[in-house]
Amino acid sequence: MCIEANLFLEGDVKQALEAAAESETSDTGKSVLAQLKENMEIAENERIPVCQDTGMAVVFLDVGQDVHFTGGDISEAVNEGVRQGYTEGYLRKSVVSDPIERVNTGDNTPAVIHFDIVPGDKVRITVAPKGFGSENMSRIFMLKPADGIEGVKQAVIDTALEAGPNACPPFVIGVGIGGDFEKCAILAKRALTRSIARDSSEAADVTDSSSAARPAYADTLEDELLARINETGLGPAGLGGKNTALSVNVETFPTHIAGLPVAVCICCHVNRHKVRII
Amino acid sequence: MKDNKQIKLKLPLSKEGAALLRAGDTVLLTGVVYAARDAAHKRMTELINEAESKGSDPAGGLPFPVQGAAVYYMGPSPAPPGKVIGSAGPTTSGRMDKYTPKLLDMGLTVMIGKGRRSDAVNEAIVRNGCVYLAAVGGAGALLAKCIKSSELIAYEDLGAEAVRRLYVEDFPAIVVTDSRGECLYDR
Ligand code: SF4
Repeated sequence: MCIEANLFLEGDVKQALEAAAESETSDTGKSVLAQLKENMEIAENERIPVCQDTGMAVVFLDVGQDVHFTGGDISEAVNEGVRQGYTEGYLRKSVVSDPIERVNTGDNTPAVIHFDIVPGDKVRITVAPKGFGSENMSRIFMLKPADGIEGVKQAVIDTALEAGPNACPPFVIGVGIGGDFEKCAILAKRALTRSIARDSSEAADVTDSSSAARPAYADTLEDELLARINETGLGPAGLGGKNTALSVNVETFPTHIAGLPVAVCICCHVNRHKVRII
Repeated sequence: MKDNKQIKLKLPLSKEGAALLRAGDTVLLTGVVYAARDAAHKRMTELINEAESKGSDPAGGLPFPVQGAAVYYMGPSPAPPGKVIGSAGPTTSGRMDKYTPKLLDMGLTVMIGKGRRSDAVNEAIVRNGCVYLAAVGGAGALLAKCIKSSELIAYEDLGAEAVRRLYVEDFPAIVVTDSRGECLYDR
């Protein structure tokens, strides 16, 4: 799954890039998008990763509560999968064993694993390798309730602008609103794994047991944010144009009376995710 | 951007050549570039500082001659069998800012990466008449096709972050900061 995720972008991302290439008006923007399209084709045909930063492996494991794992440690099993995928797939090993001492682990492990217990007897595995050019530009804001939806919008737009050319626009932007400090971050990351083809039924698909029912304002908020971010003119590769983002995906969760946490997870167009249910 | 040109550029680039480039020009690079990113920059800077404190030649211990060189901020994915290199697009240049002014003062002429640079780097670009170019981030598979040879020359223990000598042909990039300090991202 690591290999597939890194070699083949999902259809929704491809379509969005193609649509962007058609609608782009800036010459530089057009040429950047044309390069990205060609890049995707070369990656598929020649079986090399779409981007050299094949990411840190983020894995969401939604485990049905009737499932019982036997014969070993499930985290170790996931890491073994990452180890094999990154080695056999000629993917880049981008993980260091300690944030300060910084020695490469040599096999891209460990993965960042998010476990969730859900009803049922199946396991849903989502593998979402995340590049750090864009991860570094992600932000968390602990807003005041009085900041309201306008505060949320400002936070998202500011983050996208600050990310600028560093995070390889056109972006896919995951926004987590509510919960607490860490919950909003996980929601934002998870929002990136949702299909970016605009279809709200898809939203239900990704919403795990821990996410709230989708509020009425979510679709409008996503559309408005996408439009406003594209109006900034940052454009593909940050060199000007109208396609700064391909999609803004919002997820929400109840929060405390005193707070309004907002996490903005910036992802580049190389928004990789593969889902398998076993 | 009307006046910008597409230019075929041979590396190494002289300071006179660098002075002719303008922010927004697109270039196709042919010649040698050295791939180095965070960890390699840190090591090179440590070597320079050590040499300076001993009074010896600061460039002496470096893995490649910095004078006149082009550096590409890039750590490739491994080369599959039969390929020169794996995916090979630019990484965010800003992380190298802390180490860059020193290298520019030592003669480094061309930098290739993506994203904004610090004021200190921009000042060093103008002071030394250098250029900063961007390649398209996320186009690693496409850019790899322009890399005709790749040789690991130092710091093998750093894995993807080791220093490599690359020979590129018609490698597409755009001038972001020209030798006068004009920056394309500011437009
Ligand atoms: S931000 Fe995305 S496209 Fe850019 S280098 Fe990182 S993984 Fe690749």
